[in-house]
Amino acid sequence: MADPMRIRAALAGEVTTVRVLMSHPMEPGTRKDAAGALIPAHFIRDVEATSNGKTVLKAMFSGSVSQNPFLSFKFKGGAKGDKIVVKWTDTKGESRSDEAAIA
Amino acid sequence: MNNSRRTAIKTTGAFATLVSLGIVTQSQAQAAVEQASFQVKTLDDALKAIGGTPATSDQVSVVSPDIAENGAVVPVGATSKLPNTTEMYLIVEKNPTPLSCAFFIPAGTEADVQTRLKMGQSTNVIAVVKADGKLFSASKETKVTLGGCGG
Repeated sequence: MADPMRIRAALAGEVTTVRVLMSHPMEPGTRKDAAGALIPAHFIRDVEATSNGKTVLKAMFSGSVSQNPFLSFKFKGGAKGDKIVVKWTDTKGESRSDEAAIA
Repeated sequence: MNNSRRTAIKTTGAFATLVSLGIVTQSQAQAAVEQASFQVKTLDDALKAIGGTPATSDQVSVVSPDIAENGAVVPVGATSKLPNTTEMYLIVEKNPTPLSCAFFIPAGTEADVQTRLKMGQSTNVIAVVKADGKLFSASKETKVTLGGCGG
C-alpha cells in the first residue's frame, strides 16, 4: 500500500480550493535502469475527487505527470467540515483513497 | 479479409460481454477507451484522440514557467473562462507521449487546474479545453534546461 495522500481543502468565499499531493513513483516506462533495461511503466491512471459523495473532479494521468503528483483544483458549493475524498488507481490496479475535511 | 478489422470486432465483442456481465463497470469502460489516447506518439494523434483540431482562444490560458530548470517537475496549470467547460487536456508537444493528463470538470467545479508534469526537452505546452462541445486551445513555450524523461 502506498503512502497516504496529503489533502488540503480550504474554503474562501464560496470557492473551495483543494490541493492534493499523492505519493507515487510515476514511472513512465521510457526510463532505463543502470543495466540499460527498461523500467516498466507504473503510474497513476485515474483520479477521482468527491465532496459529500458528489464528484467534483475526475482526472486521467499518463506517465508524463511528475513523481508524487500534485493536483490543485477549485469548486463551488462546498461548506466548512464537508468531507473531500480523493481516490487514485494506478496501472498495476492498485488504488488508494484518502479523505480530508474542508477548513 | 481485413485482419485488423477482425481483431477490432473480436475485442469490442469481448469487451461488451465484460460490460454486460458487470465485470467492467460503465465508467471503467469509458476510461479504457480514453486510455489508449495516452499511448499516442505525436501531437496530431493526440489531438485526434481528443476529437479534432482546436481553435485558438484567448479565453484559455496555460500557466507554465518560461524556463524550467528541472524537466522532471514542471508546474503546469490551465484555466478556461469559457462557459460550460467540461474537459481539459494538457499536452506536452515533444514528450514521447504528448497527451499528459485529462481533467473532467463537472458542473460547479471551476475550469482551473494545476499539476506538475515531466518534460523531456524545451517544448510547447498546449492546453485544450472542451466547452459546449467545441475544442479551444492555448499554448506556451517552456525551455527546459535538464530533461525529465530519462532515456
